[in-house]
Amino acid sequence: MTYERINFETDSERAVGDEKLQHALVNVTNRFRSARNKASSEVPGWDELRTLAREIKKETIENLDRYLIMLEENVKKAGGHVHWAKDGEEACRIIIEIARKNGVNSVVKSKSMATEEVELNSNLERAGIRAVETDLGEYIIQLAGEHPSHIIAPAVHKTKDDISRLFSEKLGVPYMSDPADLTKVARERMRSEFLSAGMGVSGANFAVAETGTIVIVENEGNARLTTTVPRIHAALMGIEKIIPRYNDLSLFLTLLARSATGQKSSTYVSFITGPRRESDADGPEEFHLVLLDNGRSGILANGETRESLYCIRCGACLNNCPVYRKVGGHSYGWVYSGPIGAIINPQLLGIDKAPELPFASSLCGACRDVCPVKIDFPKVLLELRHEVKETKAETGKGRELFFERLAFRLWRTIVTHERLYGFFSSLMYYVQMPYRGESGGLGSLPYPFSRWTRDRDFPAIAEIPFRERWKELRKEIGEGSTK
Amino acid sequence: MNPYGLELTVLRPAMRVYLFVTCLVDTFFPGVGEGMVRVLDRLGVDVEFPAAQTCCGQPAFNSGYREDAQAVAERFISIFGNALQERRDEETYIVCPSGSCTTMLKVFYKELLSNSPIQLNKLALIANKTYEFSEFLVNVMKRADVGASYKGVVTYHDSCHLLRELGVKDEPRRLIEAVRGIEFREMEMHDACCGFGGTFSVKFPRVSVSMLDEKIDCIIGSGADTVISSDMGCLMNIGGALSRRKIPVRVMHLAELLAHTGSEGD
Ligand code: SF4
Repeated sequence: MTYERINFETDSERAVGDEKLQHALVNVTNRFRSARNKASSEVPGWDELRTLAREIKKETIENLDRYLIMLEENVKKAGGHVHWAKDGEEACRIIIEIARKNGVNSVVKSKSMATEEVELNSNLERAGIRAVETDLGEYIIQLAGEHPSHIIAPAVHKTKDDISRLFSEKLGVPYMSDPADLTKVARERMRSEFLSAGMGVSGANFAVAETGTIVIVENEGNARLTTTVPRIHAALMGIEKIIPRYNDLSLFLTLLARSATGQKSSTYVSFITGPRRESDADGPEEFHLVLLDNGRSGILANGETRESLYCIRCGACLNNCPVYRKVGGHSYGWVYSGPIGAIINPQLLGIDKAPELPFASSLCGACRDVCPVKIDFPKVLLELRHEVKETKAETGKGRELFFERLAFRLWRTIVTHERLYGFFSSLMYYVQMPYRGESGGLGSLPYPFSRWTRDRDFPAIAEIPFRERWKELRKEIGEGSTK
Repeated sequence: MNPYGLELTVLRPAMRVYLFVTCLVDTFFPGVGEGMVRVLDRLGVDVEFPAAQTCCGQPAFNSGYREDAQAVAERFISIFGNALQERRDEETYIVCPSGSCTTMLKVFYKELLSNSPIQLNKLALIANKTYEFSEFLVNVMKRADVGASYKGVVTYHDSCHLLRELGVKDEPRRLIEAVRGIEFREMEMHDACCGFGGTFSVKFPRVSVSMLDEKIDCIIGSGADTVISSDMGCLMNIGGALSRRKIPVRVMHLAELLAHTGSEGD
């Protein structure tokens, strides 16, 4: 699959100017944020739990090969099939093949960012297989032909009115403004889809290596139907979603639910170990687990940024990120948004596809504060920034970058020579003179500083810098009084 | 405590502070450096300014230019390393009026210089001795009341690096609350980023200003006439918008506030 280069600057500017979106973003992030804060403060030793989860993830990712093989063995032991997909194309091919072999021409889907990542829906369609999203938010997005804009609330950017209009346009139902009615419409449509689908495709929140169990966490109950009603169930998951032991689950489930929505526990948690057994009341006859690499082993190979793989996709970092709160999910250009998108999109897609994203952060660190596995975002972002410059990945901006590089080289020469530094700062004092406004500050500077002065004044350079003032000060406070 | 509220701590005679004055303070806001000198001097500290210092290298590091940042960092380490060498036997510290630049030295240098054990060794000597201004006053000198007075209603903006990298949250507030004549009001979202983020504010100005808008609303909402912070980066961002919009709230660095004595302040 080839992806377009992500253009954060243009997209984010559009988002910042979109009042409706701003309103929606403030609402949803505030709601999630306070729920998460409350939920986390109720758990004694919350911070220690995060540390523990981080340690478990660290150990798991560092021994990923071993755990994946263990998972494969145990899934097979339980009667399931395991497939390895090195990229999105292969993942889609595998799933399409499973469908074809079984004569499936319609698929229901639930709870999966990985399928978004590999663009499964459009690939299924091209293969002549209908795919219907069954989670309400995803369903709305699918109808609108858009991408999710929040990890756990994919349709956050849509208002009730948007959805009403979308439904009446695409489903031919009358315009209705009550969300309950809309949900009912979606639910009715879904019911027949479930019954006619030959295959259910889901993601997985966790996969337990020790037992070969995949775990799906949700609130609507659609994943439960997706994985039990159709004759075949295929789960697609990134290889990093693995958890070593069954016993670790209680920790991760606690962290996930409380970080994501502030719930003590999500409404439904499904544990799936292989296909149905003789004694089971329901469940699919065939179970397939597709393990997706798609760039993940590349992240694994980089010791400095490897911790990006610890993520359990709770979305807490989005809700706390002041940048996400302004620009929304679509600005990040791909399935993953917010701080986690800023670090994994460039790594999964290739840094030349998303060179702006590592810079789309003020490095405030609020994301690290809430992340249940304590991913050190500022560190990873800084590492990626370095990589962008090192590999000259920002090719789209040739001239601008040339001057930026030059400016930093010049700056380095100046600040490593004290005399030059002193000379330069007094030179700048005179250079700035014509730009001084009545307030004493600088009101409009030439490019690139105009990007600052469009909405803010810039401070004026002091006539006497501190280093000069110090000479007087020192006399005043009594030079060597205590020496 | 005496009737003036001053804590009577007996200072060891030779406590010395080497000022780490950031390039921003040196060039744009020398009054902050001066404020720091006045407060420390008032407390009987022997203050020195290693004059060869220029910048810690943070702008280049944050922008991905590690090679340039490294050259600047090595120079910085040697200047402060030498300064400390001079008075090795006494109580000497490096103090900086910026959470961000202190973070650069104490946190990010380790990463920047991770492939150079010799530099890391030198770094360890100075990093242990380096404190952000408010942290130094409260945690090292054990002073909350530094004898300042100011008439006004103030609020405090937590700068991100100071708060989240160095974990300094209460110290500035304790210092502010001990100022005579002051009224302190916490603003909403006091710990939210103001949108500065160094080059972030120039790379993505619309996003930056949109974050700043929220901050300005919180500041106005607090009813304060002065907003205090511990980083001139944030204050230049916040102040730039306040002055552009002609909002009559002034920005002031904590060091400037603490330098106020007597009936000063308006
Ligand atoms: S990076 Fe952390 S906070 Fe963000 S989604 Fe992943 S686990 Fe949650």
